[in-house]
Amino acid sequence: MTKEYTCVVCPMSCRVTVTETPDGLVTSGNTCKRGEKHAIAEHTRPMRMLTSTIRLDGGKLPRVPVISSSEVPKDKLAECLEYLYHVHVEAPVTSGQVIVENICSTGVDIVAARTMKKA
Amino acid sequence: MKHIEKDIVVIGGGPAGLAAALEARRQGAEKVLLIERDTEMGGILQQCIHDGFGLHRFEARLSGGQYAQRFIDELEKTDIEVKLDTIVLQVTDNKVVYACNPKDGMMEIQAGAVILAMGCRERTASQVFIYGTRPAGVLTAGAVQRYINMEGYIPGKKAVILGSGDIGLIMARRMTLEGIEVKGVYEVMPSPGGLTRNIVQCLDDYGIPLHLSTTVVRTYGKQRLEGITVAKVDENRKPIPGTEEYIDCDLLVLAVGLIPENELSKQAGVEMDPKTKGPVVDNTFMTSIPGVFACGNVSVVFDLVDYVSQSGEIAARGAVNYLKHGMEKAPEYTPVQTGSNVNFVVPQRLQKGMPAGEVTFFMRVAKPQKKAELQCSCGDQLVKKTRYQVVAPPEMLACTVELKDGDQPRFSVVEV
Repeated sequence: MTKEYTCVVCPMSCRVTVTETPDGLVTSGNTCKRGEKHAIAEHTRPMRMLTSTIRLDGGKLPRVPVISSSEVPKDKLAECLEYLYHVHVEAPVTSGQVIVENICSTGVDIVAARTMKKA
Repeated sequence: MKHIEKDIVVIGGGPAGLAAALEARRQGAEKVLLIERDTEMGGILQQCIHDGFGLHRFEARLSGGQYAQRFIDELEKTDIEVKLDTIVLQVTDNKVVYACNPKDGMMEIQAGAVILAMGCRERTASQVFIYGTRPAGVLTAGAVQRYINMEGYIPGKKAVILGSGDIGLIMARRMTLEGIEVKGVYEVMPSPGGLTRNIVQCLDDYGIPLHLSTTVVRTYGKQRLEGITVAKVDENRKPIPGTEEYIDCDLLVLAVGLIPENELSKQAGVEMDPKTKGPVVDNTFMTSIPGVFACGNVSVVFDLVDYVSQSGEIAARGAVNYLKHGMEKAPEYTPVQTGSNVNFVVPQRLQKGMPAGEVTFFMRVAKPQKKAELQCSCGDQLVKKTRYQVVAPPEMLACTVELKDGDQPRFSVVEV
């Protein structure tokens, strides 16, 4: 099986083809080693940062932004977001404060991305 | 009217203004005042909840709010005075700032030096010539971003985005995550305006189509947007008859470019650069009015916040130096020149009599080019060269060069 990926490591934007062979994954089209690493990661276990907002009660604004402490598997994004739709916190919130620990068993925490004082 | 005297007045509490105020205080300016129109500091970063900020400066991929918070936390430890919810009405050429807010009323602030850090504005519907009715539901990307990320409103159910710059792409993903159906991104140019990273992670990841050489030609709906017509365009960006297509939507998001916000600068009488649409600045980011400095997106629209902060700090050092040594008359200047495939360079000129040292220049190329080399030469001497696999107009280049008084740098991008 072969699949094509656009490398996002640098502005070159190489189209990298990943082929599954009996000896493992082989890439072509990349112009550097980083492209190979990126395409193989995208093929085997793509990861993404998760940023969204959650409901904030008693704050100056009704939403507070949140961010994942590190990347989460791409195929878990929807599940994590669905979980976050139902989370709400009470002001005040401090930037970096853990909002959800180990979200959807990914091993990643969701933390507040800004400080929000009480209204 | 209240009369106030300050060493340095910074106008705008976004990333440029925050960095400028902090650096001015660090460099020894005693009475620093930061004026912000919003009720909070951080500027546009407050609504940029996506990550990718601060790669150069903090070697971390922060969200906009996290990036701003680092500066706000630092600022709160200083004695820098901050006036929030305060609008500046006028800046005069003798550095008097007129401002007002509900608490102080009208204020006349005499500044030793002024740093302009008002940021930029989005181009609006009336600037891109879309015909038809004027219903609710036609919004700029920044407005949609503020509604969704800060105020908790969903401004539509079915959206179309015009413009494929990074803000448009980021909003395509953001709206999708909040349950808005994004029907497509339409770009009048034959190539996308944003970074490939954003095309992959904001559009491809969610199966959102990108239509190039296509634009919105008409809007429908009386009270509320009901639909739009898109059409393919020719090489002169004119719609091609017969290619029109109707799309049912209740939200049209415009991500069609940014323009430096310079109403105050123009009113003060600073000389403008038609290419950057910002003031002409020198190596200290001082405008044509001695003692009035400009930084961040006021001077030129940057694409990295790291550069915005950096320009704020350069301007602050310039302002502190100006206060220390004064300036009896406007300095004389040496121009910075642009060579092949360089559209503009900021700063545009160097002060004569400047001490030898490093100067950082920010520039954009005119067209994409592979295997490129950015060269800086003074006279017939090549003083610096940097290789790039590829250069393109959306990606600003920064180049720091060691210069001495009288050097006339010239920047070119050549094929190697």
